[in-house]
Amino acid sequence: MTPTRRRFWGECSLTAPSMLWLLVFFLLPTLIILAIALKPADPSGGIADGWTWHTLFSLRNPNYPEIIFRTVWLSAVTTTITLAVAIPIAYYIARCKPWKRDLVLFLTIIPFWTSFLIRIFAWKAVLHPDGILKSILVFCHLASPGTLLLYRPEAVLLVMVYTELPFAILPLYAAAEKFDFSLIEAAMDLGAGRLRAFFSVFIPGIYNGLLSACLMVLIPSIGSYVIPDVVGGIGSQMIGNVIAQRTFVDRNLPAASALAAVLTLVMIIPLIYFLRIKKSADSGPTPAKEVV
Amino acid sequence: MEDFLWFKEISKTFATTRAVDNVSLAIQRGEIFSILGPSGCGKTTLLRMLAGFEAPDSGRIILDNSDITDLPPNMRKVNTVFQNYALFPHMTVRENIAFGLKVAKRPKAEIRDEVDRMLTLIQMQDHADKKPAQISGGQKQRTAIARALILKPSVLLLDEPLAALDLKLRQRMLLELSLIHDEVGITFIYVTHDQGEAMSISDRIAVMNNGRVEQIGTPAEIYEAPKSSFVAAFIGDTNFFDGRISDVVDAEYCRIDVPGLPRMLCFNDKKLAKGDLVHLSIRPEKFQIALEQPAANPKYNVLPGVVEDVIYQGDHTRYWVSIGDDWRISISRQHTRFMLDEKPIQWRDQVFISWFADDGFMLERYSEKDEELLEMPPQSVGENDDSDKDDESTDSAQVDTNDTTGEPI
Repeated sequence: MTPTRRRFWGECSLTAPSMLWLLVFFLLPTLIILAIALKPADPSGGIADGWTWHTLFSLRNPNYPEIIFRTVWLSAVTTTITLAVAIPIAYYIARCKPWKRDLVLFLTIIPFWTSFLIRIFAWKAVLHPDGILKSILVFCHLASPGTLLLYRPEAVLLVMVYTELPFAILPLYAAAEKFDFSLIEAAMDLGAGRLRAFFSVFIPGIYNGLLSACLMVLIPSIGSYVIPDVVGGIGSQMIGNVIAQRTFVDRNLPAASALAAVLTLVMIIPLIYFLRIKKSADSGPTPAKEVV
Repeated sequence: MEDFLWFKEISKTFATTRAVDNVSLAIQRGEIFSILGPSGCGKTTLLRMLAGFEAPDSGRIILDNSDITDLPPNMRKVNTVFQNYALFPHMTVRENIAFGLKVAKRPKAEIRDEVDRMLTLIQMQDHADKKPAQISGGQKQRTAIARALILKPSVLLLDEPLAALDLKLRQRMLLELSLIHDEVGITFIYVTHDQGEAMSISDRIAVMNNGRVEQIGTPAEIYEAPKSSFVAAFIGDTNFFDGRISDVVDAEYCRIDVPGLPRMLCFNDKKLAKGDLVHLSIRPEKFQIALEQPAANPKYNVLPGVVEDVIYQGDHTRYWVSIGDDWRISISRQHTRFMLDEKPIQWRDQVFISWFADDGFMLERYSEKDEELLEMPPQSVGENDDSDKDDESTDSAQVDTNDTTGEPI
């Protein structure tokens, strides 16, 4: 065997386990969903024989564009707010003393020790009309007794930001920790104020971490289902909720699959876009040899 | 030249360490002023206070008749070349150099012209669109200098700018730096721990130790007339002799008694009196070394000894000559003549070393640390004199107890 072929097979055998994993648990299910989307529905909740385009056409439901738009919009706003909160936190963690850094990182991951569902229901209790937050707001005359905190898109937004925050802080911290803070001094030395130094040196310096954090927040947000279901009302439905509805209420698997396929597509577009930027950021020409 | 940058009684303490201890410096317009010292001596702290990254606990910094002590870094007409260059990795060389002008919101055309001028000055026109990761260490260095110079600062601060470069490149950059200095004519403040760099580039040097300035002077003054034993030992090599004045010969010369050595004649520039303690430094190159006894000369001190070590270095040879049990003197001999024709001086040879009475230099004071040395036996504090450590205890405090009027030992 030639060395290159040998290397090729070597690489193949090394990547085989993860490839197999991806194939069985990700690619196949996606293909099955696409296939079911092309099957007619069985009135008893199963899948009938034959193939049909009908289900895909029925996606032109007049309600769907609004829901898809809301899903994308809510996810985009969640991502923006989460990053806006997470970047200063990551900056702070990277700059503070080691013992403080460990403490803040610990506080960041503490929510993971409690079940996701329990945390969502806890928020429901906080935002409830008889809950503590509303009592405080009313007491401070910041809200009238009739205001509803729960069951509206803003509540969904709040809880989504809360849930995704650690997933943004961690990759941002990883990037900020590697950042050379003498660059900020250099920028200030050259006349930049603190804000200017932050935006023209720190932000570009943690670019890769920023992209990762973006994906880590955006993708789960687009697919979220529990949060709008628990704290959101009719007006804050997202695609995930409709898919659940089609599956459990309508018992129409092909319709659910068609929507899921759309969701996958919606997610693949930003993913490819991000990967392309990231690739171009990473693949800057390799450093030149040290020549004079 | 006029003094235009003043450090006035600056002090700075970090937690428990006094990094800078009541330092006052006056720096002239247009000079290359070096701050030289071992790591941890406070030189970088001093520089960071001038740049505005640290605030002094007490004291003022005056630049060009205005007090800049409380100004933030971005308001000072001072720019820095950082030790690791701190080039912005996401910007090209051109963008890096343009950064300061861009922040200052200058018109685009002006920025372009200025950057082009800088690129020409540092000869980087061909690399203008490369990222810092794609250029060599020397090129990064030049980019960092151009980036700092483009704002036309009153003072350019260089923080160990050559530390990351290899020896050959360092020498070349040193030359380039002084060419750039000639071109732009502004004040350079050069912080380094490398005495060679400081000596070759500076108009004046401030030697720092333990947060204090030990001496300020031209490179030649600092080398030839060090004020303290710290300066003498830090700048180049030297041999120290502790003794007492045994008699004052005339207005210019005196004789000194150093335990373990014959009585020696020395130029008495400090006008010491009989019985005074003297701390003498004689540089290795001030000694002559020969196999035969040199012709008698009243102003030459001749000491017989045995060669202990010979290190041939091409342009010069370093000898260590022991005299008696206590002394090991470092001598450097320049090869001004073709060497192979002479009878070589070798290990274990009996030799005569001699020094001219004017070539020794009396140190004014001991550095803080060296006060312990007073208590120790006379000993050359050269680079590697630890071999004799065991003998030291035997003649402890001989300097103080010795009968100074008696005959040489």
